[in-house]
Amino acid sequence: MVTAMTADVPAARQIAEAVADPELPMLTLADLGILRDVTSENGHIVVTITPTYSGCPALREIARDLQYRLGQAGFAGAAVRTQIAPAWTSDWITAEGRRKLHAAGIAPPGAAPARTPPRGPVPLNLTTAPRDRVACPRCGSLDTVQTAAFGATACKALLRCRSCDEPFEYVKEF
Amino acid sequence: MTDDEFTAYQALADETDDHRWAFGTGFTDPLEGIDTTVPDGINAAALAAYCLMLGDDALIYSHRLQQWMTRLPELEEETAVANIALDLLGQARMLLARAGRAEGAVLAGAGRGEDQLAFFRPEHEFRNVRLAEHADADFAQLAGRLLIFSTWRLALFTRLRDSADPVLAAIAAKGAKELAYHRDYAAQWVVRLGDGTELSHGRMQAALDALWPLVDELFSTGTVVTGLPGVAADPAGLRAEFDDVLAAVLAAATLDLPDTAPLAQVAGKSGRDGVHTEALGYVLAELQSVARADPDATW
Repeated sequence: MVTAMTADVPAARQIAEAVADPELPMLTLADLGILRDVTSENGHIVVTITPTYSGCPALREIARDLQYRLGQAGFAGAAVRTQIAPAWTSDWITAEGRRKLHAAGIAPPGAAPARTPPRGPVPLNLTTAPRDRVACPRCGSLDTVQTAAFGATACKALLRCRSCDEPFEYVKEF
Repeated sequence: MTDDEFTAYQALADETDDHRWAFGTGFTDPLEGIDTTVPDGINAAALAAYCLMLGDDALIYSHRLQQWMTRLPELEEETAVANIALDLLGQARMLLARAGRAEGAVLAGAGRGEDQLAFFRPEHEFRNVRLAEHADADFAQLAGRLLIFSTWRLALFTRLRDSADPVLAAIAAKGAKELAYHRDYAAQWVVRLGDGTELSHGRMQAALDALWPLVDELFSTGTVVTGLPGVAADPAGLRAEFDDVLAAVLAAATLDLPDTAPLAQVAGKSGRDGVHTEALGYVLAELQSVARADPDATW
């Protein structure tokens, strides 16, 4: 049994970073950028994660998974906390995460711009096209169209490539 | 338990007591680990009342959207509306939990939990605006009502990002990003239908005309808001931004701004005072029936 002394925090962090996201299982929590902190308090590991969307149903499964994986490694009684500020942004998906998404046939998001600026009204978007052309993850063509603004999970939209005719998912800039 | 035994079922079921797993046991506190101390100088009772208003808006609206599931014209709209309903449910859970914690600060004990607030309050204790409980008569009303609601709520949440209550500010900052997507989705449909065929144009205009009586109520300032300076955002101050966005969308959609009169209040009271249309009773009957049939169930 490992007691979570400060020295163990890097080991616990490694385990937490490697836990897979249940909805995008090709990504780890580190790839997705939702792991905020790993610390130790009173001999127990505390992992802080941030939800992608307010209603994200995966959050609880992620917490369970973290506790299970840490428990397997001897970190009994690990606590998982949520942190909602600052809000998650798709910009926190790492370069490695983007590479894995692309390899899985999912177009990674572009830079999340001033869609929700810190001050003042949010600009309205009346066109169905994403602001920047999204490259087809299969053939690389930029001749793609959005077929649905929302996909099978909150973080994705559905697009279709007009060059190779294949539909594909796209992680929204958020 | 080995790795192989750690299945999706296991994750759904409480380790110690899994026979009620079909309820979806063990939903964690949406504010788990977040410091919910009410800052000095903020009236905790008013903060609880305010978060209840904003939480009820999202809870009731989300349920109305859920009722559209399997009835929408295409699969893409099913996923879109389901996602929007889920976002609003997430906002509702955090806001109701915030209301409960603030209530606890007043009572110097534990306030009500999110489930207690959602499932065991009678109709007159709900504080949502009457627009949230409206039953959409057709897809044009769904699009029009979502445009009105998300435009108003986005304007509100962008302001609440600066709230003196850090929890409310964080919930708003997160929600604003979601609401921007909801508003774009609704606006794009209003434009497609309004600037579409003669039939779709007529139905979109009729939908807006039917919904417009519910708009004025969104911008009325109540005593809860005036009791929370620096914490709440005055709804009256949202009207100009709302009007600008609606004007831009309606112009693109070749639709006219409705001039139907506001829905009457009852002795000066409306949704924020717990005075609702008959539509809310039907929503609550459905929303609360399972929880009330088995009050001891673990959710």
